Amino acid sequence: MRALPVGDRALLVELTDGDEAGALHAELLRRRAAGLLPAIREIVPAARTVLLDGLDGPERFARELAQWDIPALHARVQDAIEVPVRYDGPDLADVAALWQVPEEEVVRIHSAAEFRVAFCGFSPGFGYLTGLPQRYAVPRRATPRTSVPAGSLALAGPYTGVYPRSSPGGWQLIGTTDTVLWDPARESAALLSPGTRVRFVPERAGIRR
Amino acid sequence: MTDRAFAVVRAGALTTVQDLGRPGHAHLGVPRSGALDPQSAGLVNRLVGNPPRAAVLETTLNGCVLRPRCAVTVAVGGAPCSVTVDGRPVAWGAPVRIAAGSLLEAGPAVRGVRSYVAFAGGIAVDPALGSRSTDLLSGLGPPPLTDGSVLPLGKPAGPPARLDGGVPWPAPPAELVLRVRFGPRADWFTDAALNTLTRAAYRVSSASNRIGLRTEGPCLERALPGELPSEGMVLGAVQVPPDGCPVVFLADHPTTGGYPVLAVVDERDLAAAAQAVPGTPVRFVPVRSARSAGYDSGVP
Repeated sequence: MRALPVGDRALLVELTDGDEAGALHAELLRRRAAGLLPAIREIVPAARTVLLDGLDGPERFARELAQWDIPALHARVQDAIEVPVRYDGPDLADVAALWQVPEEEVVRIHSAAEFRVAFCGFSPGFGYLTGLPQRYAVPRRATPRTSVPAGSLALAGPYTGVYPRSSPGGWQLIGTTDTVLWDPARESAALLSPGTRVRFVPERAGIRR
Repeated sequence: MTDRAFAVVRAGALTTVQDLGRPGHAHLGVPRSGALDPQSAGLVNRLVGNPPRAAVLETTLNGCVLRPRCAVTVAVGGAPCSVTVDGRPVAWGAPVRIAAGSLLEAGPAVRGVRSYVAFAGGIAVDPALGSRSTDLLSGLGPPPLTDGSVLPLGKPAGPPARLDGGVPWPAPPAELVLRVRFGPRADWFTDAALNTLTRAAYRVSSASNRIGLRTEGPCLERALPGELPSEGMVLGAVQVPPDGCPVVFLADHPTTGGYPVLAVVDERDLAAAAQAVPGTPVRFVPVRSARSAGYDSGVP
């Protein structure tokens, strides 16, 4: 763990990988819920860092953080959210070719995995989900699409994501969901917030062939 | 003609609704947003008797023209500009009571970029995630004003403030001085780049917007190529994209990013950054020793 200063009121805590970042994030939330944290305006996990922004005395907090015993991330008792999906994306065949498996096997592998929202970014409610084995990492599309429909299930690098709204995008589209990922009028605007467990459940009628 | 609302006669180049923004949602990918010059937005609110959270209008360079449908107290501040009611000059930076149906014009900024228009009662569009701010990056909040649109006003909270002796408006900067602290990714740049940032002459680029203050000047050379895995970004972060010219993140900045952050600008200097017109000279002044290392966390 390495804590880097970010201006005078923030710390960027760098960890070795996403699981460690997720473990620190979970511990921060546990301690905040228990009233054991100083006021921190934003706790922002990312690929292998956690940003603590809006914090008085970041140096002191960095020293305190070094003394913490942080439990490793393990499958929560918390149930995974199930997101029904039609595996009908235009890039399903390309992903099957990259994985060197038939398309049906892409559906089986993807829907068998349990995902965790590692972090959010790009647009409100867009979660970067980890859970696929590293060998299934895929590159972005060589040419990004100018418009990806809302609800598109997509892959890039080690991540799975669902576009909360229509936007430009370069990820490989493998499916579609009708689940609303982002609704500012809802009490929890984002369905997928960091740490949430997720499973994608194939809608039978939607599988090709 | 007596409902609490105003019509937009001329929206101007870019006029948005702004309040204190929506901090606390960065982990969901939601930018903080809010007035780029919060001091000025706070002052116009005080002038019309509004609480600090009330929503105001933020104009960009060429002002706007509005027609309130009710008698209302207004105040225009921030970037200095002419203010007229039905074509007659009225005070800038002071509360003005205007009749229902009159034409209120905030003229082009004489100096600076962003003027603020407050109405007693505030602008009462529906909040999203606790804020009425227009967020141009993610599309949250009301869209930018368009000619002919009508926006609701709230009920006045109290009498306009009496600020005898004038209001301390900061002047838009002739030279923008930005105090910076190096890090978190200063080690991704060469020593020469750190010297360049603090010694070279940069200017505010016309490509600046609510997301970032873009600059023009010498390229900052990287010691490490490529991008970082996405990491959290703060207000005031000096990010260096591939063209090598520093960008200072403003209120609508993305919450995560992969370009290395060389330094962070003191938040108190960002209101001046929001009022610096394109072409304004920029100086980055380090307030700590260059290349601050990570805090010693005592962990190998």
